[in-house]
Amino acid sequence: MSLDPVTLSVIQAGLQQVCDEMDLSFSRAAFSPVIAEANDRSDGIYAAEDGALIAQGVGGLPVFVGTMQYSTRTLISMIAQGKAAGPQPDDIYIVNDPYLGGTHLMDVRFARPFYRNGAIFCWLSNTGHWPDTGGVVPGGFSASATAVEQEGLRLPPVRLFKQGRLDPEIMAIISSNIRVADQRIGDVKAQAAALLVGEDRLNALLDRYGDDTVTQAIAELRRRAAIQMRAFIAKIPEGTYRSTAWIDSDGVVNEPLAIHLTVTRDGDELRFDFSGSSPPCAGPMNSVLATTLSSVYLAMRHIFPEVPMSAGAFEPLHVTGVEGTFLDARYPRPVSGCAAEVSQRIAEAVFAALVTALPDRVTAAPAGTSGNFALGGYDPERDRDFVMYQISGGGYGGNADHDGLSNGCSTIGISKAPPVEIMEQAFPVLYHHYALHEGSGGAGLHRGGFGLDYMVELRRGAATASFVMDHGRFGPQGVMGGAEGGVNQVIVWQAGNPHTPAHLSKEQDIPLAPGDRVHVRTPGGGGYGDPFQRPPDAVLCDVQLDRYTPQQASDLFGVVLTGDPLQVDSAATHSLRSRD
Amino acid sequence: MMGKSSGAVVGVDVGGTFTDLVELLPDTGQVRLAKVPSTLDNQAFGVLNALDQAGCDLAALDLIVHGTTTTTNAVLERKLARTGLITTAGFRDVLELGRRTRPQPYGMKGEFTPLIPRDLRLEVPERMDAAGKIVTPLDEGAVLSAAQRLIDAGCEAVVIHFLHAYANPAHELRAGELLAGLWPNEHITLGHALLSESREFERGVTAAANAAVQPLLDRYIKRLIAELKRGGYQGDVLVMNGNGGMVSSSRVAREAAKTVMSGPASGVMAAAYTGRKAGIGNLITYDMGGTSTDVALIRNAEPSVSNEIEIEYAMPIHVPMVDVRTVGAGGGSIARVNPAGLLEVGPDSAGADPGPICYGKGGADPTISDANLLLGRLDPAGLNAIRGGVALDHVQEVFARKLGTPLGLDAVQAAAAVIEIANMKMAGAIRMVSISLGADPRDFALFAFGGAGPLHAAALARELAIPRVIVPSRPGITNAIGCVVADLRHDFVNTVNTPLDLLQPGQLEQVFTLQTQEGEALIARENIEIRQIRRLYSVDMQFIGQTHLLRVPLDRPDVTPADLQSLFNAAYFRRFRVRLDDIHANLVNANTSVVGARAELDLGALIDPTGRKDTVQAAQTGERPVHFCGTWQTTPIYWRDHLPVQFTLPGPAIVQQMDTTLLIEPGDVATGDADGNIIIAIGGRT
Repeated sequence: MSLDPVTLSVIQAGLQQVCDEMDLSFSRAAFSPVIAEANDRSDGIYAAEDGALIAQGVGGLPVFVGTMQYSTRTLISMIAQGKAAGPQPDDIYIVNDPYLGGTHLMDVRFARPFYRNGAIFCWLSNTGHWPDTGGVVPGGFSASATAVEQEGLRLPPVRLFKQGRLDPEIMAIISSNIRVADQRIGDVKAQAAALLVGEDRLNALLDRYGDDTVTQAIAELRRRAAIQMRAFIAKIPEGTYRSTAWIDSDGVVNEPLAIHLTVTRDGDELRFDFSGSSPPCAGPMNSVLATTLSSVYLAMRHIFPEVPMSAGAFEPLHVTGVEGTFLDARYPRPVSGCAAEVSQRIAEAVFAALVTALPDRVTAAPAGTSGNFALGGYDPERDRDFVMYQISGGGYGGNADHDGLSNGCSTIGISKAPPVEIMEQAFPVLYHHYALHEGSGGAGLHRGGFGLDYMVELRRGAATASFVMDHGRFGPQGVMGGAEGGVNQVIVWQAGNPHTPAHLSKEQDIPLAPGDRVHVRTPGGGGYGDPFQRPPDAVLCDVQLDRYTPQQASDLFGVVLTGDPLQVDSAATHSLRSRD
Repeated sequence: MMGKSSGAVVGVDVGGTFTDLVELLPDTGQVRLAKVPSTLDNQAFGVLNALDQAGCDLAALDLIVHGTTTTTNAVLERKLARTGLITTAGFRDVLELGRRTRPQPYGMKGEFTPLIPRDLRLEVPERMDAAGKIVTPLDEGAVLSAAQRLIDAGCEAVVIHFLHAYANPAHELRAGELLAGLWPNEHITLGHALLSESREFERGVTAAANAAVQPLLDRYIKRLIAELKRGGYQGDVLVMNGNGGMVSSSRVAREAAKTVMSGPASGVMAAAYTGRKAGIGNLITYDMGGTSTDVALIRNAEPSVSNEIEIEYAMPIHVPMVDVRTVGAGGGSIARVNPAGLLEVGPDSAGADPGPICYGKGGADPTISDANLLLGRLDPAGLNAIRGGVALDHVQEVFARKLGTPLGLDAVQAAAAVIEIANMKMAGAIRMVSISLGADPRDFALFAFGGAGPLHAAALARELAIPRVIVPSRPGITNAIGCVVADLRHDFVNTVNTPLDLLQPGQLEQVFTLQTQEGEALIARENIEIRQIRRLYSVDMQFIGQTHLLRVPLDRPDVTPADLQSLFNAAYFRRFRVRLDDIHANLVNANTSVVGARAELDLGALIDPTGRKDTVQAAQTGERPVHFCGTWQTTPIYWRDHLPVQFTLPGPAIVQQMDTTLLIEPGDVATGDADGNIIIAIGGRT
């Protein structure tokens, strides 16, 4: 008997709620700000047989949208092959190995078998970004690692909880290998308890609707998500769409890395072919397969947010040509830039390829970097070591409807940046400014949003600064005639002398003395459409607000402003805009 | 305690669509009601119209309590007074940069308009560090010239917002003094005055919102009072704040940001009051209107109050407000079949214009209200707006075509499906609200009001395993009733930020004592009769190393650190199922609310006792077929004002009244109580 659409919708909403409750519980109970404040975590339900995504929390970090189904799938097959211990009720596996369906080492996955009537019905799993998993650099973002061992502790899937009890021996190994270990126990318990919340809610759903009905609904929902994605794909004009997106360098070898993408619509399916992209790199700007796939999925979800997250939505999306490229790196390639940077460039390539096909839905390129700046040092006033992270936003791309947003979060994230006041309370630093990155919005009919411009000074003690960012060499792409957004700029002022990293926005362990300053200007978004089509009054308004200079108004937008107060010189503008 | 004192009190609430009024005449026990269209350009007209419709004698009135959406609408629609900012050099963009977010997790579009445009945000040299030590002294000349520039630019209000002013407000205070001699009016907001906590974006937005609505609220209140005076009114006007307490009209504009969310708060206050009188302290309020549904939690007859509310994307107004959460489902929510062949309801709405199909104003999309109509749950003859003359079979045709055909259902089945999905969605949202506040819905009763709330309440309660539903006697004017029952209320938050093991003996109690004294002094200054003063104590705590706070209510101010640790551990376990007994807790905030309770209101008078009949049968006006669980059942219809005070009514039954319809489903049992409430026992359990 087939299920009626109403029961289906009701069960769909019920499964979604199980995941949303896990997300909420995890964040609220967690200790690490990166989880508690920045929501760098995700929770979901995965199929018992192959780990396929059944449902995932709406508020989960977008880059985890596809990864957990691969990590669960890998776990299931390792158990089947005897490479991982078999599950018991109330066990929880821990794993952070990037090559087993992960991202970077800091993203630690928990997986719990969910039993009904003595058999595994599905898996509940979540990922949380731990603030540290060991390695050469506090926090794990090493700009110049050349092997994964330098990036931190790598855990294969082992049962951290055995029949409900935390294994103190495994926990002791972990604690001995990570920094600030004393606070991790709270996060571990929060992460495990979220899965318990999910188990309770899922049991309630199954008790109410019956296991058979829910099983049937899960299969049907998967089928329908595929139908929905296919219906959207079918609206894309038939054809082949190409793009190239660039990563400045890998942090070790100072050469650009290319992502070459060809998207082909084939009926109601899309093929994403990455053939010809750069080979695996020496530094940490490699991506693992799960992250590459996840990046394609999350880009499509940004384009079609209406499609519910389920394995079915991914079925019509086929990724090829990654083998032998840096988008499918294998052990022991370093991968710390994978989730934060490479993933965003993959999404940029997808946007750039599809914007001509879907000009109303796709935007010009967003800033596309997480802006990781870590400052580690010793604070003599408090007599303790510290590690400070500044993540920062950038401009979003202009789009068919309006200008891009300023200081938006990364494409793959939803995390808030910490307030300046909180940073100054916690660390021996003083910010000199925290402002719009003027002039950084890529020119266009609808211009890009503006990046962030901040300068921070070390007040006392000694510290080293490390940066893992990107888009320092190439700005975020403009589209449909729009210009690229302003590039990322990092300047370290040491004893009054400026130092620019050789890799522009990547370098580690730059020594700072009191009074030394770090100046960062993050990218603006790409422009959308011909800047000469932008209404002159809108350009005047941006100049009045000091977002651009009058010179930029003329150079970038062909708008001539004169007088005091400034006014549009219509005749001069007309003549400038009609040249060539 | 005015001069001649008839004791007559008016509560008047201006909502987005209607202005509601209730007048109490204690001498005669009489109650007058009015409902008129809101006049959003100048809400005073609607207020006067309502007074007129109710036949109020302004000269004989003692007190008017007013809930207003003036400030809410101004912020949401950015129809603000021209406002300038004077801030720390290097930081004028804080209000525009926000916290590095986007409006929704997926989709890279979205816009944000800061409350103050960039050219009116001026910087002056000054700087405090996080410890409150001066890094750069205040440049007083720069303050004066910045103020002059803002005046020349036509600013009506100004915000002075300096970094770390919560730690040391000296520079803000000094700049305020300098401006006082120069600024042409009193609309000067200091950043630390409303919210003295770190986080420069949240504090700055709160202050900016205050400044930008201050001149508007000030003008509106003055105009309203002038109009009322002309009509002969000599009493005071109290204005509802978002925390559910009232403040005198003479002081309301000073902290204008506190009136944002005034309307929803008054509804919740009415619910808390009604519940307290009925002996039901734990309520989830469920106010379903045309475009959205508001949900709030009441524990032990006290609404939960939050000072971390974001009223829309990137718009945090961090003053204490009743924690009302809005769910995007209302009577006008549109149903559709998505490309996957699944039925969806909302979040987009037909709104009030064109509204549902059945309004006859050109609405062409099937909505929740239309579904209720097709199922017989709403009376086809009784819908006010059906005057437009849309026939029921037109609604039926649209349901069949847009929903039925793609789903393989007939029009009625499609309508039933719309209701089922909408209920599931609202129930899910209510569950998320309650668990995010650490509550289990099963421990609560559902308090249903608003135009559409009583129609869906029983089904939601069943879905959430909530045992009973309370429908007050006047669900459609609950907010106005909230105005007349609301208390005087002052909330205090002081940051202690001390690990429990370092807390000095008596330190916390001393904070509570000072807060209580200040609150009692403020209440004494109002010229209002107070029946009783309640003091509510709570602390916000966390385990050391965490960033989120958990609020722990205290039943007395003199608690030891050991008590605090065990209360916190217990609250934490209830909420998260995690025990972390080895980790020390940190006491972050000490909170006191001082509440002055006003004279009791006889809720029973809200329905004229003389109109009530002796038997349930005598209140029946007819019957009609209503669709329940796949079948049509002949369902008796009752007129609420005619029901006896005490009655028992098994479902299925429909109770109609002027402004709403109650649905009692088969298997449920409704009873009446002395206050005029109807209590529905879900599944007949009592």
